[in-house]
Amino acid sequence: MVRHTLAVLVENNPGVLARVAGLFGRRGFNIESLAVGQTENPAVSRMTIVVEGDQRVLEQVVKQLRKLVEVLKVQDVTKEEHVDRELVLIKVNAEPAKRAEIIQIVEIFRAHIVDIGRKNLIVEVTGDEGKVNALENALKPFGIRELVRTGKVAMLRGAKEITASEGNSQEERSFPFER
Amino acid sequence: MKKISGGEILVRSLKKEGVEVIFGYPGGAVLPIYDALHDAEIRHILMRHEQAAAHAADGYARATGRPGVCMATSGPGATNLVTGIATAFMDSSPVVAITGQVPTAMIGRDSFQEADITGITLPITKHNYLVKDVRELARTVREAFYIATTGRPGPVLIDIPRDVSGGKAAYTDPGPVDLPGYKPVLDPDDAAVLAAAQLIAGARRPVIYAGGGVVISGAHEELRQLAELIMSPVTTTLMGIGGFPGNHPLSLGMLGMHGTRYANYAVCECDVLIAIGARFDDRVTGKVESFAPEAKIVHIDIDKAEFAKNVRVDVAVRGDVRRVLKRLLAVLKGAAHPAWLEKVDTWKKEYPLEFGENGLKPQFIIRELDRVTQGKARITTEVGQNQMWAAQFFTFTRPRSFISSGGLGTMGFGFPAALGVQVACPDETVFDIAGDGSIQMNIQELATAVSNDLPVNVAIMDNGFLGMVRQWQELFYKRRYSHTELYGPDFVKVAEAYGAEGIRVTEPVGVSAALEQAIASPKPVFIDFIIEREENVMPMVPPGESIDKMLG
Repeated sequence: MVRHTLAVLVENNPGVLARVAGLFGRRGFNIESLAVGQTENPAVSRMTIVVEGDQRVLEQVVKQLRKLVEVLKVQDVTKEEHVDRELVLIKVNAEPAKRAEIIQIVEIFRAHIVDIGRKNLIVEVTGDEGKVNALENALKPFGIRELVRTGKVAMLRGAKEITASEGNSQEERSFPFER
Repeated sequence: MKKISGGEILVRSLKKEGVEVIFGYPGGAVLPIYDALHDAEIRHILMRHEQAAAHAADGYARATGRPGVCMATSGPGATNLVTGIATAFMDSSPVVAITGQVPTAMIGRDSFQEADITGITLPITKHNYLVKDVRELARTVREAFYIATTGRPGPVLIDIPRDVSGGKAAYTDPGPVDLPGYKPVLDPDDAAVLAAAQLIAGARRPVIYAGGGVVISGAHEELRQLAELIMSPVTTTLMGIGGFPGNHPLSLGMLGMHGTRYANYAVCECDVLIAIGARFDDRVTGKVESFAPEAKIVHIDIDKAEFAKNVRVDVAVRGDVRRVLKRLLAVLKGAAHPAWLEKVDTWKKEYPLEFGENGLKPQFIIRELDRVTQGKARITTEVGQNQMWAAQFFTFTRPRSFISSGGLGTMGFGFPAALGVQVACPDETVFDIAGDGSIQMNIQELATAVSNDLPVNVAIMDNGFLGMVRQWQELFYKRRYSHTELYGPDFVKVAEAYGAEGIRVTEPVGVSAALEQAIASPKPVFIDFIIEREENVMPMVPPGESIDKMLG
């Protein structure tokens, strides 16, 4: 089992999310996270999909995705140099006596407190998976009431880009497979 | 510019795509479309079930290579198309399905006869559309036909709410299609062609394994040239039948579960397997681990997703099969493998397809049909024993002359598909080779055949059983014939009740006369052949076995 982060550019049409998500479900793939939103071009949306599964089946899913008419590009960014981030909101128990300790943890993680209630705080953190998990673990002893994640978004480092303009042509060459 | 109704825009768009005939069934949500069809110059064949409309459009498409069009109303009309659409999808057939939908304002309210047909058909269409604006209709139709017929063909569904077909807009030609996410690649990569050529040139025991892609791309002539150039035996899949002449000395017939022994043996011993427009289906490969164990595999296909899906390949060449074969023919030199061909011929002589002499045998009937029609009939089949006997015992020499539901295996396909074939080929003899089970799944289409003067002939292999399931029960379930013995009606009287002709044959002596009578008749004819009840399809690879381990 390998974990993969896929960048999928799609036409911004109703129903396109169902087409993409449906393909994963039919091939027995559990989507770990899926983040979607408009790109610099409002006609194009970008999905970042994190999945875990057998390499051969994943290859098949990627190829099937490329066959969808509204899918403009699919790239597996896992093997490339990339930056990935997700944003998480955590509602944590915070009796007045515990607040200083929590604030200290939040500062160490360069997270933010975005809401203060009588008995709780909402902490916002942005980062890669390791950072988010570490903060979650650090806050657990206080009692986490609620947690929501946006799902991962990813981008290639440096001059490399994933844009719709070149279409699928880059990956579309026939190539021999080792037996 | 003058505004016309959505229904009229649809009809105009269909005419622009060259559509001559629609197989359909009206209903509330398609009233504006049927109103436009009332005085249109497009033929409409009124079926007796929407499922049959989809199969008829599919049969038309497979016989001609042109898109077949079916139409149904919203809700149950649309869901009745589903089996037909899935059938077309599995066999890559260019069908355009048009459905009515409740008015846009009523969508999502569980309205009368509402079904989310674009959602339902998501996994069984190449693409589908819900048209929300009458001004989008003409472009949608153009795109739908483009997608259905290009690249690897497949069904496309257009769902049209009643306020869209009833709305008004000016018709303007949408111009050429430009879909950024859909650019079929037809020409192969040079390096891949050369790598394939190199493997093929080094082959000492080559076998060509040809599938439906050969028929679809019209590559039958190139395939024959390739086989003769490199002197390679050719086996076809069920879908590839007719893509290579069955009477050619290099023909091995069909491979796989009910293939010939010599085809399966040749695949098991070949050193280079050239797969052309085929997809390594489980009915072909049997146990995947022991499929072509000694061979390097060249895989030629237009759909990249087929490479390494079921079987690892050594060289993949992506492109339109015909174009790839033309390129290969240009770079390959002639070869000879006399020892290999001699071995293959020995197998052919040693293990011919055979059947016994006692009683009325289905294999004999199909051989007689071949003889009486001089192999020139267009044959459709249902699914089960009838289908396998047809594939084994009729010698097909032309592409698009064998029309059968391969991937989905849809009982009830053959008869309505035969109607579509007869519409496409009015001057040809069309036979549906059926079983007494399958024919009852769409028997109501007798009315369509009679009222549209479509003189199709149905040869019913009547054994009073769901024969193929019974065969499996006999072989693998200790002859416990659980719910496979089948009561059927008097098919002769059924045919006559609809105004068609019925003939019953119980002895081998009556076979050829009955076939000749059916062919000569201007009416649709049912021939009820009362065959040996427990005749089996042999040879047979038990499920999950290696394909050289055959029974029978």
